[in-house]
Amino acid sequence: MARSSAAGRKAPARQARLLIATRKGLWTLTSDAARNGWTLAGPQFLGHIVHHAIADPREPRVHLAAARTGHLGPTIFRSQDNGRTWKEATRPPAFAHGSERVVDHTFWLTPGHADERGVFYAGTSPQGLFRSNDGGATWESIDGFNSHPQRKAWCGGDQDGTPDGPKLHSILIDPRDPKHIYIGMSSGGVFESFDGGADWRPLNRGVRADFLPDPAPDYGHDPHCVRFAAGNPDRLYQQNHCGIYRLDRPGETWQEIGVSMPKSVGSVGLPLAVHPRDPESLWVLPMDGTTVWPRTSPGGRPAVYRSRDGGKTWKRQDNGFPRSQAWWTVKRQAMTTDFRDPTGVYFGTTSGEVWGSRDEGRSFRCLARHLPHVYAIEAAA
Amino acid sequence: MTAESSSEVATVVRVRIPSPLRSYTGAREVDVAVPVLAPELPPTVGGVLASIDGAYPGLRFRMIDEQGHVRPHIRLFVGNVATRDLATPIARGEVLMIVAALSGG
Repeated sequence: MARSSAAGRKAPARQARLLIATRKGLWTLTSDAARNGWTLAGPQFLGHIVHHAIADPREPRVHLAAARTGHLGPTIFRSQDNGRTWKEATRPPAFAHGSERVVDHTFWLTPGHADERGVFYAGTSPQGLFRSNDGGATWESIDGFNSHPQRKAWCGGDQDGTPDGPKLHSILIDPRDPKHIYIGMSSGGVFESFDGGADWRPLNRGVRADFLPDPAPDYGHDPHCVRFAAGNPDRLYQQNHCGIYRLDRPGETWQEIGVSMPKSVGSVGLPLAVHPRDPESLWVLPMDGTTVWPRTSPGGRPAVYRSRDGGKTWKRQDNGFPRSQAWWTVKRQAMTTDFRDPTGVYFGTTSGEVWGSRDEGRSFRCLARHLPHVYAIEAAA
Repeated sequence: MTAESSSEVATVVRVRIPSPLRSYTGAREVDVAVPVLAPELPPTVGGVLASIDGAYPGLRFRMIDEQGHVRPHIRLFVGNVATRDLATPIARGEVLMIVAALSGG
């Protein structure tokens, strides 16, 4: 278990650091060089619902956090000193006056292209896309999406979608071209823009939507999490409401790769994490999607599943987990990998536990418990 | 509670701040100077909130959404009367009380 510490400390070069966004605030977990001992620090923003917190890979001391409280509206906080002090955005993401749409919360934050320092993207609930050009201080609507004539057809109404509100998530910026952007929407599906967000088109062929009358529509799907394969932005992996998929561009048809998961476990889940260097390697965390969709570890026996061959085969990894009566739920942003070799794999549960592996999932141990409901975990570079 | 200068007239309105918004004001109560456009036009709730946002940037958006509506768990009282209408006038000497009403866990 982690020690508690109130203050951030100067980090040794090889430590791992995790930003843990929860329903009641933000914590950090910082490791020693061996990733054996972990120190828990926080909370910051105690009482705030922190949906996502990220560190900027271009300027690692820059952090952003998307927050609201139960009674106060949504905002963005920015730090330029590794999370020690924070300033609020002067113009948080908000829909145009007169649009009759209201941002309930900012759900997803993504740094812009490596050549565009200070650029960030935000996805909101209900589905909206916003961009900041000044490090997160002010946010502009990307009208090419928010005012697109097809937006309502793609997304449905603002009251539709996931129980906590429909969401725009998984904003992926092509490292070869800052104008080539993918987004995921629950609900709506995966969409692609080639012009920096001025126009969009659905990219869902091959993905099942068996909760709709037409099980193979152009849009209306429910991607839960979409990631680029490491080092190969022509490959995307997707954990969907209806299974696990892979897309190899320039192809436009997703291939279902969850079919080789054990039938007793299924291929339903929320998060998906990729290896930082191996494009064939990814992890999913299955949850029960039967009957009324409990979304808990199947059978109360939690496991992650790793594929090392792009989803052709999967291997169960549960060394260190409880063997029974562990009914975990892990949200779509609450699983990640670090940048070390071998890579660390981490996730947080809605019951406030953080688990980690320093050997690519061969063994896990609990790094922190008794935290609030974990919404997101990100590794800081 | 009226302040005058050579170029403008302002009315000062006292506002009670709930604890979730005191990170902005640092105080339980603040006095806000609201421009008076004409003697027959008293300040409104919306005018007070616009002025308070000038003094404490960001506070208004946490209470009022981008369509100009009071957020669901915010309540406003002018004196003892609840209102969700930003056009509600505030008579001289009345206090605007902001309540942040949270329920559940």
